[in-house]
Amino acid sequence: MARAFTPKVVTANDLLEGDVIYLTEDDRWSRELSDAELITDEAHAQVRLLDASRQANKIVGAYLADAVAGKNGPEPAHFREDFRRTGPSNYAHGKQETATQPRA
Amino acid sequence: MYRYSEFDHDFLAERNAQFRAQVERRIDGSLTEDEFKPLRLMNGLYLQLHAYMLRVAIPYGTLSSAQMRQLALLAEKWDKGYGHFTTRQNIQYNWPKLNDVPDMLDALAEVGMHAIQTSGNTIRNVTADHFAGAAADEIADPRPYAELLRQWSTDHPEFQFMPRKFKIAITGSENDRAVIKAHDIGLQLVERDSVLGARVIVGGGLGRTPMIGKELSEFVAFDDLLAYLEATVSVWNQIGRRDNKYKARIKITVHEHGIDAIRAKVNERFLQVRSQFKGADMALLEEIKGHFAPPAFREGSVASFESAYTNDPVFRSWIDTNIAPHKNADHAIVTISIKKHGQTPGDATAEQMRVMADLAEEFAYDELRISHEQNVILPHVHKSDLPAIHAKLKEHELATANIGLISDIIACPGMDYCALATARSIPVAQEIATRFDDLKLEHDIGHLKIKISGCINACGHHHVGHIGILGLDRAGVENYQITLGGDGTENAAVGDRTGPGFAYDEIVPAVERIVDTYLEQRESAEEEFLQTYRRVGMAPFKAALYPEAQANAA
Repeated sequence: MARAFTPKVVTANDLLEGDVIYLTEDDRWSRELSDAELITDEAHAQVRLLDASRQANKIVGAYLADAVAGKNGPEPAHFREDFRRTGPSNYAHGKQETATQPRA
Repeated sequence: MYRYSEFDHDFLAERNAQFRAQVERRIDGSLTEDEFKPLRLMNGLYLQLHAYMLRVAIPYGTLSSAQMRQLALLAEKWDKGYGHFTTRQNIQYNWPKLNDVPDMLDALAEVGMHAIQTSGNTIRNVTADHFAGAAADEIADPRPYAELLRQWSTDHPEFQFMPRKFKIAITGSENDRAVIKAHDIGLQLVERDSVLGARVIVGGGLGRTPMIGKELSEFVAFDDLLAYLEATVSVWNQIGRRDNKYKARIKITVHEHGIDAIRAKVNERFLQVRSQFKGADMALLEEIKGHFAPPAFREGSVASFESAYTNDPVFRSWIDTNIAPHKNADHAIVTISIKKHGQTPGDATAEQMRVMADLAEEFAYDELRISHEQNVILPHVHKSDLPAIHAKLKEHELATANIGLISDIIACPGMDYCALATARSIPVAQEIATRFDDLKLEHDIGHLKIKISGCINACGHHHVGHIGILGLDRAGVENYQITLGGDGTENAAVGDRTGPGFAYDEIVPAVERIVDTYLEQRESAEEEFLQTYRRVGMAPFKAALYPEAQANAA
């Protein structure tokens, strides 16, 4: 039996800045995971990943990352994605310099 | 120090112009990422978790003060004010923007530096003993040969698309500070009947399948060495496995075919390629040797050093840990720790880089080294200058007296930066260093090397740490395995696993239990951790780490 589909977001890195970005429901790229479209349907996830991959002149390395629904939008399901949305733990660099997303 | 020739300058300018155009074509959409990625990797540009990362080669770990100042400039102008010195004697910038990278490479070229072959399936930056040219125990300075290897391997047409990356390390001493037995090829300079040559070790490596290198030849004279190395790489390039990335390194080729079969193939190939080396390489080596002529060591009284050593306990402590014997008795080798307790191992701010560059210029014949242990070295210092150097280092948080001690930890960037990592390593290193500093036990514990990797690729050399720590992802949680008894010296050994891993908040207490066990077990304060481990074995450490298992067995 195939594994049950778990909710996903489409994420990538920005081509010029290199930082982490997320695909929103209205086809923008946001710097914040909470803005991302939380995808609960597997077929729709593949369509959205294709949509993202077509924007190769803006982004690098789009993929589907596991996420869970939170109070203010999607939250990471794995610690790797938690680091990606905040930044490294040895300096307050990366998204935590400016963004409103504290480490979980 | 090697000074670039006209050819070197032109070659680099052309490569940088090509890369600038490639970046432009990526941005305007003419190149896809699949097309661009191999091109950026050839120039040391990675994409990591949070940003691009530029890895700059520091050939055989040697820098001038002007080069160090330029590294500081890059950190300040295009990064976040710091750089990270790595276990391969490189420096990494963690936050460059794609548009800025061509300018960064041009700035590096101004001081004869580049990022070529710091990635990809090529011969990588040749690493060397960080005390080369200064160590009291050295037969000859290995760096002229390392520079010859850099020139031979850079853009070598046969070796641009190999089964996998290829790393060469070289030392001029019997005491191995360059971990030559954990490299694809390790070279140890040896002299036989007044002819200089090298003992050639092959097939060492860490990663998911750690192997200690085997002796391919006990002596190859310099006249034949380049042909012999070309033959070795060539044999692997032909029979090395390309079907499986994890079996592609030469260590697997040596393991699968056996060292005797590899030696026979290399000898056969050597006879074919030998005639192509008509002595131009030896003429070049002679010229390169001129670049590495030792400085005119100054003479003078060392009385001021002796008086400071007697009267200043902080200075004395620093001397006792951070100074190594120099071949000139009035001189010393200074290791500057860039591992202040609680700081990120290997990170230096732009200001610290400038301070070290100034010290090198004023007191150390304009030379600096980067060690694979992620520290900075002033290789030639007259002892009378040590008090002034120490005073200056203290002002900039660079005077930590911990070389070779428990807080002198190697750690890879781990999941704080690296896209391959499975767990963090930097905060584990920070917490171990802080904990033992709080306990004030560090100097009592003595010589102890902890090495931490955040994934099985082992950039943090955990297999050869006296205590090795490997961070893994176990069911979505960070988990740390421990190995004991690893050794990266001429007596190289891969550590033994203690047993099940430890959670993130359990790893520092686990290390503390290991150290407590060592302190209980050692026969005297002179018996170092590794000696105790070799004498008593794993059992007492296991008992301390897994008391439940002991209780269940009883």
